[in-house]
Amino acid sequence: MSKLARQIGLPKLPAALSLIRRFRALPFPYRAPSTPRGVRPLRPKARTGADYDTSWSRRTPARMARAAIIEGPMRLAVSGLAAPDRRGADRLAATKGSVIFAANHHSHLDTPLLLTSLPDPWKHKVIVGAAADYFFGTRVTAAMSSLVIGAIPIERTKVGRRSADLAAELIDDGWSLVIFPEGGRSPDGWGQPFRGGAAFLASKTGVPVVPVHLDGTGRILRKGRSIPRPSTTSVTFGRPIVPQDGENATRFAARIEREVAALADEVSSDWYTARKRAHASESPDLTGPESASWRRAWALGDRSRGAKSRKRHWPNL
Amino acid sequence: MASDPRRTAPRPGLVLDVDRSTPPILFHHGEGFRLEKLPADRSRIIYPAEPLPGLPDPDESIRQALLNPIEDDPLPSLLTPGMKLTIAFDDLSLPLPSMRKPDIRQRIIEQVLDMAAAAGVDDIHLIAALALHRRMTEDELRHCLGDRVYDAFAPQGAIYNHDAEDPDGMVELGLTRHDEQVTMNARAAESDLLIYVNLNIVSMDGGWKSTATGLSGYSGIRHHHNVATMLESKSFMDRHKSELHHSNWRQGEVIKNHGPRIFQIETTINNNTFGYDGPMSVLQKREWEWNAKDRATFITMKKGLDMMPTTAKRAIFNGWKAPYELTSVQAGDVEAVHDVTLEHCFKQHLVPVEGQTDVLTFGLPYICPYNVNSVMNPILVMCLGLGYFFNMYRGKPLVREGGVLIMSHPTPWEFHPVHHPSYIDFFEQVLSDTTDPLELEAKYEKQFAEDEWYIHLYRNSYAYHGVHPFYMWYWGASALQHLGRVIIVGGDKRAVRRLGFQPASTMQDALEMASDVVGPAPSITHLHNPPILMADVT
Repeated sequence: MSKLARQIGLPKLPAALSLIRRFRALPFPYRAPSTPRGVRPLRPKARTGADYDTSWSRRTPARMARAAIIEGPMRLAVSGLAAPDRRGADRLAATKGSVIFAANHHSHLDTPLLLTSLPDPWKHKVIVGAAADYFFGTRVTAAMSSLVIGAIPIERTKVGRRSADLAAELIDDGWSLVIFPEGGRSPDGWGQPFRGGAAFLASKTGVPVVPVHLDGTGRILRKGRSIPRPSTTSVTFGRPIVPQDGENATRFAARIEREVAALADEVSSDWYTARKRAHASESPDLTGPESASWRRAWALGDRSRGAKSRKRHWPNL
Repeated sequence: MASDPRRTAPRPGLVLDVDRSTPPILFHHGEGFRLEKLPADRSRIIYPAEPLPGLPDPDESIRQALLNPIEDDPLPSLLTPGMKLTIAFDDLSLPLPSMRKPDIRQRIIEQVLDMAAAAGVDDIHLIAALALHRRMTEDELRHCLGDRVYDAFAPQGAIYNHDAEDPDGMVELGLTRHDEQVTMNARAAESDLLIYVNLNIVSMDGGWKSTATGLSGYSGIRHHHNVATMLESKSFMDRHKSELHHSNWRQGEVIKNHGPRIFQIETTINNNTFGYDGPMSVLQKREWEWNAKDRATFITMKKGLDMMPTTAKRAIFNGWKAPYELTSVQAGDVEAVHDVTLEHCFKQHLVPVEGQTDVLTFGLPYICPYNVNSVMNPILVMCLGLGYFFNMYRGKPLVREGGVLIMSHPTPWEFHPVHHPSYIDFFEQVLSDTTDPLELEAKYEKQFAEDEWYIHLYRNSYAYHGVHPFYMWYWGASALQHLGRVIIVGGDKRAVRRLGFQPASTMQDALEMASDVVGPAPSITHLHNPPILMADVT
């Protein structure tokens, strides 16, 4: 204890704290060396972003915890907020083994909605491709994402093989993958063009892609909003598809997008009308009209109905 | 589990000679079960074959069947934009019990419609070909067709039940060479193409019977649903020895010449009725192979069911959806397709059996084709036992002429008032007068068939047609003529006597009673059914 501290009557430090101070005072090699001046220090090993090691989240304790979270609070929250109408799981009846679920993306709610909607063989052996720069930005968000939704980091801002290799390796190990090929949430309620990730992984691993259409999540928690507003949603699973002979990843990605667009059409019209339009390549585009932003917003029409359905009151004079 | 030998290498059917070490044998008993010890050294048990493996990729098999039909053109080439297309499908009486989703009909119809969508066909109707059966409810239609198909067509009124009593909805196509009338649903008859989606659970179904009966009315059906025809059908599960089928085939000729173009799609399923695992799987195993878990499951299930009220038991059993798998699908020309279907059907069901028996026993389960989501009334007990189970043979009946049939079923004096209104009157009025099929056919059939109230209920409620209980009785006519006595174990005594049969409290009592007819120490054969089997008796 310092002389000043004794003079002003501070109590004596606890023994444990004193021990830490003594430990920190130990010289090298008992403690880490300091870096000499004029020497560039070694770059610390990255532990976030695409370099985050998620392997712990696929071990049994983490899987059990995740199953409890998904079946408990997550399912409860999804039912309360989104009242999902789940369709088309019967199209997967003859499908066995790993698959890639490729869905459109409007909201952070998409992942919980999809995870609570997956049919039984895939429900608890699935990983989610999540933006490395967003979900794995800090160690806390990375750990939470890995634990709660089984996320693995996917690079979306730069080209790297690490994410794709990890995803392919896990698919080969029998895991299924949920991926949002648009690469991010919709900024304006319309879809974005599908990127080639899901198609590439399907070509590389030989597993089928299940197109999935999610409807209504944008009304609940669209990009830019932080407080959810309950509404109704639907999850529609399509028939699994595989790349055809000679079909490269770009063309396959476009086909996945068309399949999701046909599912969207099925939800907004009916199955047979949607199939007729799909065969005639006339399914309404997911990405909306190419025009000024106000016209795109206008064209959303009924789709944004939920967002405007706030109860109106007379002014309280 | 792919390595499960029951799935990869299913065993064929078996005829087991009962000896002293044979354990008590399972008898279905309505919504319950009995275990009965059969006399050693003079009894045998016929076990069904284990379920054949299902097609590995049913959707692809269906697609291939539609693209490469038998003696017909590929389906896409028959579909044109302005055409009138009708898709008829078997009703909920098939399969039994109802199968788990997705139903085979849904799988097929979705692919057919997808091809129609590609061709730009707009005028499409889907008709449940239920002949004189009760109408299907929305839930039942959704179960068969799936929500996608139902939601796409039902709002426009393009999915509906066949109405055989609609004066504007039926047409006459002509007469057969035996002067049998041929009538057909008008929409189907006037279509450019009629696609029939069938599901064969037994060899009786399919072929021309699909359209000639399923889309017909009383004036056409009465030519083969009668006592004389049934007495000539030995058995009606064997198409080539069945007058029922000969008549349907003659009507088929008329349809072929004067009706719509038909594209027939037929399917067969395996007999995976109770699954490989789960509480019901024990019912699909041979008794000496029940392990500790099976025995515990069975005891719990039996004790639980014995304590439950009947309505609760029915709810449980009606909730069971069988995990049937598709074993074959073929499309094209009606007759060519049906020949292939029968091969697949027999492959699953036939069990070779040598010689007939003095006493035939079987336990009747909770369901028959006419009480799906309903009540198995005494008339249906007779129909299932003497109609269906007795006729599950090829060659000659399992029981000798003058032999005894012992069935096990509670046979409650109970009817579903919505589904079976005419059955109630048939049971009360007709059977109290006579149980002779020929007599009741002559005396009462026309009256019930033309009763305005029954017709109203058939058309607007969910009732079987007024004449239907007669057909149930005719179904057992051949057995009634063949057998010396029918005994029901564990049945409601009054109801059993009203049927003209004898009640017995226990199997021992029943065997004692049987010996009065067939003599002491008779030979006994037990048909271990379901899962379904068909005896190939030589």
